[in-house]
Amino acid sequence: MTPIPMEHVLIVASLLFAVGMVGLLVRRNLIVMLMSIEIMLNAAGLAFIAGGSRWGQPDGQVMFLLILTLAAAEIGVGLGLVMQIYHRYKSLDADALNQMRELPEGGEAS
Amino acid sequence: MELTIFYITALIALVSTTMVVIQFNAVHGLLYLIVSLLASGFIFYLLGAYFAAVLEVIIYAGAIMVLFVFVIMMLNQGKATVEQEKRWLYPGIWRGPVILTALLLAELLYTLTTTPVGFAGHVVDSKHVGITLFGPYLLTVEAASMLLLAGLVGAYHLGRPLSGRSAP
Repeated sequence: MTPIPMEHVLIVASLLFAVGMVGLLVRRNLIVMLMSIEIMLNAAGLAFIAGGSRWGQPDGQVMFLLILTLAAAEIGVGLGLVMQIYHRYKSLDADALNQMRELPEGGEAS
Repeated sequence: MELTIFYITALIALVSTTMVVIQFNAVHGLLYLIVSLLASGFIFYLLGAYFAAVLEVIIYAGAIMVLFVFVIMMLNQGKATVEQEKRWLYPGIWRGPVILTALLLAELLYTLTTTPVGFAGHVVDSKHVGITLFGPYLLTVEAASMLLLAGLVGAYHLGRPLSGRSAP
């Protein structure tokens, strides 16, 4: 009954975070970029849980709950933004949005 | 033995997360992301954080992923996308996620049947989490509720249909 070493959990969490960050930087699809942000938040929560389990404190799980709340709110607003962008530009390509400062014809900043 | 289970679960999480990043189609990436979140929930269970494991499965792999599925469904409309879906959903695309999920299920059954509850490290049960959450962290809970309200209002404002505006 050996406990899981915290270093290995932290290594897994950092690898997950790195994969999410690479996805955020490499991919150009907006939905995949949002999913990469979810991966990074989940990796941060895993690190918090590892710390809380290592020292036997409930603070790690409390922080994970807050991360969960943040992720839910962020993904609601983010998906709303994605839908607005798709309706306005007919594309989910992040590179197509570099003209955001000047709105296309007919579009209005609500 | 539980160390071996932890390493297998971590490998499943890493492989499925990598597949999320390198998949071209968003729906396939979503399938792998659900597997990755389930594996993370299992790691939470192995670490003794049962409450967080349950919340991970219910909220992350359930609610938030359903939001993603809804948005992907709403963004793909028309007859062309139906044919596109037919091209995407060739049999065999489910093979990778199903294999990873079956591995997770086998691990879960093994862990539930052979090892006693609370074998790994310190177990922080939900009672302590609740006492801490509504004790020293009470103000933070209020801030989180305000954040959720702001997210609700923002999502409603952004998700309105575009009636009355001329589409470009």
